[in-house]
Amino acid sequence: MSRNDDDIIVCRCEDVTLGEIRKVIREGATTLDEVKRITRAGMGPCQGRTCRLLIAGEIARFLGRPVSEVLQSRYRPPFKPVRMGDLAEICDGETSCDGSDCGSESDEEGIGQ
Amino acid sequence: MRRSADAVVIGGGVSGASIAYNLLKQGVGNVVLCEKDTFANGSTGRCGAGVREQWGAEGNIRICKASIDIFENLQEELDYAYDIEFVQKGYLMMAYTEKEWLQFQKNVEVQHRLGVNSRVCTPDEAREIVPVLNTEGMLGATYNARDGHANPFHTTNAYLRAFERLGGEVNDFTEVIDIEKSGGKVTKVKTNRGEISTPVVVNAAGPWAAPVAAMVGVDLPVYTERHQILVTEAVGHLFDPMLMSFSLGIYCQQTPHGSLVMGIGDPNEPKGYDIGQSWQFLRKMSDIMCKLVPPLKGVRVVRQWAGLYTITPDAHPILGTVPGIEGYYQAVGFSGHGFMLAPIVGRLLSEMIVGKEPSIDISDLDLGRFERGELRVEPSVV
Repeated sequence: MSRNDDDIIVCRCEDVTLGEIRKVIREGATTLDEVKRITRAGMGPCQGRTCRLLIAGEIARFLGRPVSEVLQSRYRPPFKPVRMGDLAEICDGETSCDGSDCGSESDEEGIGQ
Repeated sequence: MRRSADAVVIGGGVSGASIAYNLLKQGVGNVVLCEKDTFANGSTGRCGAGVREQWGAEGNIRICKASIDIFENLQEELDYAYDIEFVQKGYLMMAYTEKEWLQFQKNVEVQHRLGVNSRVCTPDEAREIVPVLNTEGMLGATYNARDGHANPFHTTNAYLRAFERLGGEVNDFTEVIDIEKSGGKVTKVKTNRGEISTPVVVNAAGPWAAPVAAMVGVDLPVYTERHQILVTEAVGHLFDPMLMSFSLGIYCQQTPHGSLVMGIGDPNEPKGYDIGQSWQFLRKMSDIMCKLVPPLKGVRVVRQWAGLYTITPDAHPILGTVPGIEGYYQAVGFSGHGFMLAPIVGRLLSEMIVGKEPSIDISDLDLGRFERGELRVEPSVV
């Protein structure tokens, strides 16, 4: 590996470099959750679709274990980023709330109350 | 893993981390922290991360004020290599009912008496602080510039790294499965990775506080309840303070990173350990917030999650000793406010454990208050 590897961007959403990832791994972050919590890698709009496996590979290399043994983070919804306005309109519009814990239709619990 | 210690702290959330660090600062020589997963994995890493002095009850104002005093110098005190992202851009607490509005104004009087520089705002004044705010239906608000928020992951990590530098041992993936007593004294902690002899055990297990307390025969009057949160993509500056409304059940802050973190309380949420996410939460949160802060309509939700509140009968934490069990201490039942209290709780618990008079009297936050019928009352909780 060339000495410039540290400058490679691993998490493109949050601009986290390979050097930063390796540093926190050396400091003791040996699960994807820990790396994410310290560096923000995987917290951006793509939710780690690109960086997750790359980071798992780095952790595995550091620990000398197979990638399959590296603890993964959870996948959290939504699957793709969604505009808040679009989500709000579902509550507002013709398609009324059907969820039991939605509490109320938006107009009844608006900020004017 | 060490086989003996002067004190074992159970829980790698911000409370346990702060207590462990403060114990070493107080001169306790050998302190071991056991965390069943990784740091900040329970309630801490899932919280809204707000820190405020704007409370209604004197006791809460005092301890939160002291906690903010510590937060202001925490980055330096812990000599942390990253940034705990503590920012003081205020809390704007918005009132929508006459009753709430009267209470807020009373709160401000109490806050002033205790040296908190909060102020009462008209809706127009609130809009001067947050120009993007829709004040429709708002009767008024209170604002305190010294309130703010910090990054819960980094704050916890900062405490743990400082703890390790002072000689403490952090054990991840180390679940406490039993606590042994002999002659009314704590003697040993049993974990999935072996046993640790110790005369002092601190229960800072967050949502798992009750099962840990049960190991020494203490029945904690707490229950857990899911609270959901979401975070948006990072956007340009929208507003400074934490926005909070008890009527709407919401809070929302813009982090230094630019993303917005927001949550909502659901009065119909069942008790339990469920931390799944719901689609209904996304809709309701978006609906309320797009009306309150219209520019949010164009901001995208990136992720949602949930965490647990550990709630006591009076929504105040249970701190300190339990009569008859020497060496057992607890810092539990924070009822949704553990993060902001952690710096001061770490200091007070450690003072108690080394036999000093706690620098703030918290004797009324003991477990015995429920039997005595001396519940604490706080008018300003979500």
